Amino acid sequence: MSASAGATIDAVVDQVDSVADQVVSLVLRRADGQPFQPWQPGAHIDVHVGDGLVRQYSLCSSPDELDHLRIGVLHVPDSRGGSKAVHALLAGTPLTISEPRNNFPMRDSRRYLFLAGGIGITPLIPMLEAAEAAGKEWTLVYGGRSRNTMAFAQQLEDRYGPDRIRIIAEDEAGRLDLDQILGMPRAHMLVYACGPGGLLGAVEERCMGWPPGALHTERFVASTLGAAAANAPFEVELARTGTTVTVPNDKTILEAVEEVGVRVLSSCRGGLCGTCETQIISGEPEHRDAVLSQEDRDAGEVMLVCVSRAAAGCPRLVLDL
Amino acid sequence: MTVITHDASVLGEDPFDTANLLDPYPFLGRLRDAGAVSYLESTGSYAVAGYQEVYEVLTDFETYISSGGLGPRDIRKDSGWRPPSILESDPPIHTVMRRALTGVINPSTVRALREPFTPPAVELTEQLAQRERFDAIADLAEKYPLRVFPDAVGIPDVGREHLLPYGNMVFNAFGPENYIFKQAFAQGDEHAAAVMRNCQRENLDDVGFGAQIWKRVEDGLITEQQATLLVRALLSAGVDTTIFGIGNTLSVLARYPEAWARLRENPKLAKFAVDEALRLESPFQKFHRTVAVDTVLGGVHLPAGAKVLVFLGAANRDPRKWGDNADDFDLHRNASGHVAFGMGLHQCVGQPIARLEMEIVLQQLLKRVAAIEPDGAPAPILHNVLRGFESLPVRITAA
Repeated sequence: MSASAGATIDAVVDQVDSVADQVVSLVLRRADGQPFQPWQPGAHIDVHVGDGLVRQYSLCSSPDELDHLRIGVLHVPDSRGGSKAVHALLAGTPLTISEPRNNFPMRDSRRYLFLAGGIGITPLIPMLEAAEAAGKEWTLVYGGRSRNTMAFAQQLEDRYGPDRIRIIAEDEAGRLDLDQILGMPRAHMLVYACGPGGLLGAVEERCMGWPPGALHTERFVASTLGAAAANAPFEVELARTGTTVTVPNDKTILEAVEEVGVRVLSSCRGGLCGTCETQIISGEPEHRDAVLSQEDRDAGEVMLVCVSRAAAGCPRLVLDL
Repeated sequence: MTVITHDASVLGEDPFDTANLLDPYPFLGRLRDAGAVSYLESTGSYAVAGYQEVYEVLTDFETYISSGGLGPRDIRKDSGWRPPSILESDPPIHTVMRRALTGVINPSTVRALREPFTPPAVELTEQLAQRERFDAIADLAEKYPLRVFPDAVGIPDVGREHLLPYGNMVFNAFGPENYIFKQAFAQGDEHAAAVMRNCQRENLDDVGFGAQIWKRVEDGLITEQQATLLVRALLSAGVDTTIFGIGNTLSVLARYPEAWARLRENPKLAKFAVDEALRLESPFQKFHRTVAVDTVLGGVHLPAGAKVLVFLGAANRDPRKWGDNADDFDLHRNASGHVAFGMGLHQCVGQPIARLEMEIVLQQLLKRVAAIEPDGAPAPILHNVLRGFESLPVRITAA
């Protein structure tokens, strides 16, 4: 199924374009000319950027075109050098990457609200395409500092029209009015949001008034970890049974544990209701839920196994299961 | 798109008559067999009892609205007996109230309750384990939530005796104004006034859920009236249903000795037992929604303004969802997806508290009781929308 731990692909940078202020788009192909494995909207790849640095970037190309992958990368001056290295890449440069993986899968529903902050637009682009192809009711609200910093904004507006695509540039219209955008929950509408932590926190707070399970987020600044291992397979030891299971990239801890016949009470399976909260005996989690408080996250004693995973550099979690 | 519709099958049976309230399942089976949507002459409402249709009504909160009230009358036309609660509201009014509640009741705030909630369960079950027989309702199910929950909300001791009769009024009002309703509303003004008094800021302690809700007024999220109504919602929704949940779980387990033995070997399974018991004997059996715009459900045209009676308890026993043994308790079943706590926008906010109370009581009982069996027939309670027992005599073997 998924790529095994650390499996890499030799790729080559086919094309580099500046798509907004401080944002480049890279088109990547396999060095051997073969197509990439099929992937679903929301997927990302690891990019080995040199000096042992590995970064995750969401795919913004079309899942229908497997001869290439495209990523959009924002240059973050005060980061630890990943984006700077990517921005230095030229067409023709060989590059080590992973097969696409998905931690932000799109669930089937009748309506979608996509919400992007800045470079958070990237994983949503294939989702818009999928929603459009399936004839769903959908809207994108895309906020950024100014139009020239907002990658792909014009192309999206040209392709889907201003009814579908709402571009909110701060220097023209102020910041995203989340009370207005999220103040009226819609039935069967799923919210997919990606952007900076501050924006996602504010979105989560407002979505507390939405049906449990409506909101799906991806923090593209991978919760300060930014290393490869956060998306690698890891082991979970179930303290009560002594069983150890491997959790691959394409499965949640909950799914992996259920597969070996261990029961965990769960409800929304989307990190929103807290039913599957599990005690951590040892190991460090990467929290991906929307219910635990910062205090809980810092304490690291419990986690929601329906969405959260092992943190970077933590190959094994021991859970009270 | 052309939608082919047919008429709803018309049922002359009354879901609120005494026989159907005391033993609802034969009627619910007939209702499911009659088709996806039936018309009930007795209440003048449509009825849905299959899992798929119940799920659709619960999740499509734009078509099936709550501001018409959960009873058979449309409270928009004919003002209800009290200011509408969060259960009787739609977005965007519902949205801010729900947000305030979710901010207050969440995994971390509920987790902190395990400590204060455990000693009363230990004390109660220790006393009961010394007896050969007791009434699982009067001696346990009714006692425990009243010991722990009002403290968690932070209401004064004075006036707590009104909580049970008040809850009885609130839930019975989701049914027709029959004699059960009228009985529940005897001295109704007094109960309602006492409960409302306990929801005021000055009558709440500084740390409970009530005070936390009032803090959201200072944040500007909700109004003072909404804070009062939210505390009231906690008090009315958080006591009766949990009592029924504990009682119903024990009523099931007393009939399944092997399950009790399995639970004794592995008490970690207690929460699964509770979940499966809630599916099988759902405390909150049914309520109404109001159709906002003409729509089609299960091939039946439903006109705007119509009332739909949603049978949660029937959906939770639908063989198409749960298999041929849907009417049996199965400790191994994955009951996830049951609608005992509702589903979607109005899904029970207090669910983690209720689950915690039920799990703690059961675990403490399992520690001290080796076997439990019925000691005579349980007496089902006559209630318009809740399913539970007035009395549940059991005989036990102490561990």
